[in-house]
Amino acid sequence: MAVLQSGGMPRRVAIFVTCLVDQLFPRAGMAMVEVLERLGFAVDFPESQTCCAQPAFNSGYLEEARPVARHFLRGFADAEYVVIPSGSCTSMISRHYEELFAGEASTLEQVRALSPRVYEFSRFLVEVAQADDLGARFPHKVTYHDSCHALRELSLKEHPRQLLRQVQDLELIEMPIAEECCGFGGTFSVKFAEISGAMARTKVDAIVKTGASHVVSLDSSCLMQLRGALSRAGHNIQTVHLAEVLASRG
Amino acid sequence: MPAPAAAIRKTLADANLQLAIYTGTGRFKDNRTRAVSAQLLPEYQELRARAAAIKRHTLDFLDVYLMQLESSVQAKGGRIIWASTAEEAADFVLGLAKERGVTTIVKSKSMTTEEIHLNDRLEPNGLESVETDLGEYILQLAGQRPYHIVAPAIHMTREDVADLFAAKLGVARDTVIENQAMTARRVLREKFLSAGIGVTGTNFVVADSGAVVIVENEGNGRLTHSAPPVHVAIAGLEKLIPRTRDLGVFLDLLGRSASGQPLTSYTSVVSGPRRPGELDGPEEFYLVLLDGGRTKILADVEKRESLQCIRCGACLNACPVYRKIGGHNYPWVYSGPIGKVITPQFQGRETAPWLPSASSLCGACAEVCPVKIDIPGLLLKLRQENVEAAPDPEEKKLFQRWSWLMQRPGLYAWLSWLGLTLFGRRSGGWVRSAPWFARTALLRAWLSQRDFPAPPPRSFRDQWKERKR
Repeated sequence: MAVLQSGGMPRRVAIFVTCLVDQLFPRAGMAMVEVLERLGFAVDFPESQTCCAQPAFNSGYLEEARPVARHFLRGFADAEYVVIPSGSCTSMISRHYEELFAGEASTLEQVRALSPRVYEFSRFLVEVAQADDLGARFPHKVTYHDSCHALRELSLKEHPRQLLRQVQDLELIEMPIAEECCGFGGTFSVKFAEISGAMARTKVDAIVKTGASHVVSLDSSCLMQLRGALSRAGHNIQTVHLAEVLASRG
Repeated sequence: MPAPAAAIRKTLADANLQLAIYTGTGRFKDNRTRAVSAQLLPEYQELRARAAAIKRHTLDFLDVYLMQLESSVQAKGGRIIWASTAEEAADFVLGLAKERGVTTIVKSKSMTTEEIHLNDRLEPNGLESVETDLGEYILQLAGQRPYHIVAPAIHMTREDVADLFAAKLGVARDTVIENQAMTARRVLREKFLSAGIGVTGTNFVVADSGAVVIVENEGNGRLTHSAPPVHVAIAGLEKLIPRTRDLGVFLDLLGRSASGQPLTSYTSVVSGPRRPGELDGPEEFYLVLLDGGRTKILADVEKRESLQCIRCGACLNACPVYRKIGGHNYPWVYSGPIGKVITPQFQGRETAPWLPSASSLCGACAEVCPVKIDIPGLLLKLRQENVEAAPDPEEKKLFQRWSWLMQRPGLYAWLSWLGLTLFGRRSGGWVRSAPWFARTALLRAWLSQRDFPAPPPRSFRDQWKERKR
């Protein structure tokens, strides 16, 4: 766990908690802070942060997305690392900002300067912090949901599983369709609510069959969709962000 | 045209249909996954990269390869028909049939002939045009269009087919699939022998040899192009590949991506008509090359890759949306993710502005695409084009306000504090309905399907501030 710099000062990380975690799932954000601090990092929360601009970008509203993305870039320009509890928002910044600013050389330069320092939470733990024992205990049966952007845009398949295997008393039960979309898809979830709901119910069936008491993922948006559908179907299965599992002392 | 909400709702509510679609596509999906696995096909990613590169190259130099193709087809004694539009392509077949006094035409499975509505052009003119692929034959009897690019009748159960055959062919109701195939075979054999023209699609057209390549599993394609005296092959311009030696790359990928087969049961490589001394084959060979909007897509550098598609159907089987709404709720003959991408480009943006938005952008399609088409990226571009051309005024206003607020963190934080202080719940939990003041259309749509988290009493940023104190 090489987290101390030569001078003995803890490394600083800036967190971008995402608008969804800020407003609806602050527990996931606090858990992330706890894990990072436990590893010896000094955590900053740049208070200017709002949203990564993905909702507008994904809906085709580039003009509205650009100033929000520029606002993000300004707020995090000086960060040594940016750590984000979401595969989707990370991918928006590290992959799609390039497209968004393809015709804007000066901003593109800022994007390219920042991108390599932007990390999804589980990737940061495995690749930068090289965390091999977080001292977490979570005495439950859990199943893991691969969020699409973490899996397919950031290739995060093993990272979260590797971290879950370190957790004491946690039993990981894989569902056969772990990689299938939960149906959230941002505005898709309300524009095509019935299709989105049908997709969620397929996933719910698979979750229930595992016998797990908790569903873990890297994205609170997927978890909101899944827990909403589980709750509607009357299942008392909890959804937790990976950070909450790793912060847990059981 | 808005999304066909009622029809989609009906599909979602039909439990038997849902099961048929999900298991049918699921079988293909799982077979594909196995067939391209590291154990069975370690060179899969290299093959994909190569196939994508060949397709890109061919499209970039399409004019050159088309010229080469024309001379190689002519050298083999065949003729090329250049069709700018779907009508021209269909009319060529009609004209040829009339000229030769043909009354019966047999057809093998071909999405391109679906695209040009060939049967609809032939039948009102007194011609009998018979589909000889079992799935297509079933659909022709049922009066339906293909549900799936590769498995046209994937939505029908053996019971559905038993009822259909009993009603249309006057045979006893029989739910055994093998017996159903034998029934079709008996009817179709006679058609093969009496048909004056065989119409096939193509999977690949090879520029250097002038050959058309047809892959299939039933042997009906082989009979269609070899039994009747005239063979008409119909191909979209994008079916071209440069060299015979490139074929191996695509044959390695097509069957595996479509159904998990290393190779389909039949692969026909056909060039020109029967030559002196040969025992069988048609007396005349025509290759109809269809533009039908393809050159327009070719001219659009950003979306040109849409034409790389080899119609394997893997994206349909991987798509969680297709697997819910099925094939007939898509507005054109091509369904699934690739249909979402090409329909607006072929048929015009305004045909179905909803189509590019009906995706969660999960990327499962791009992951399985053997020629690496960036389908989610293309959907995003099409969404941008929709917004540029005709934004929904309400949505536009919403995003403008959102954008304004997201650049004002002080106001954003204050509004969040106000909202959560008033409505946040310490107890947490999930709510089934919204209080009257929060009954926005968006929240209503959410709650129509699932519960919503009761907001916490304090946001992350407020908890953070408190912690620092």
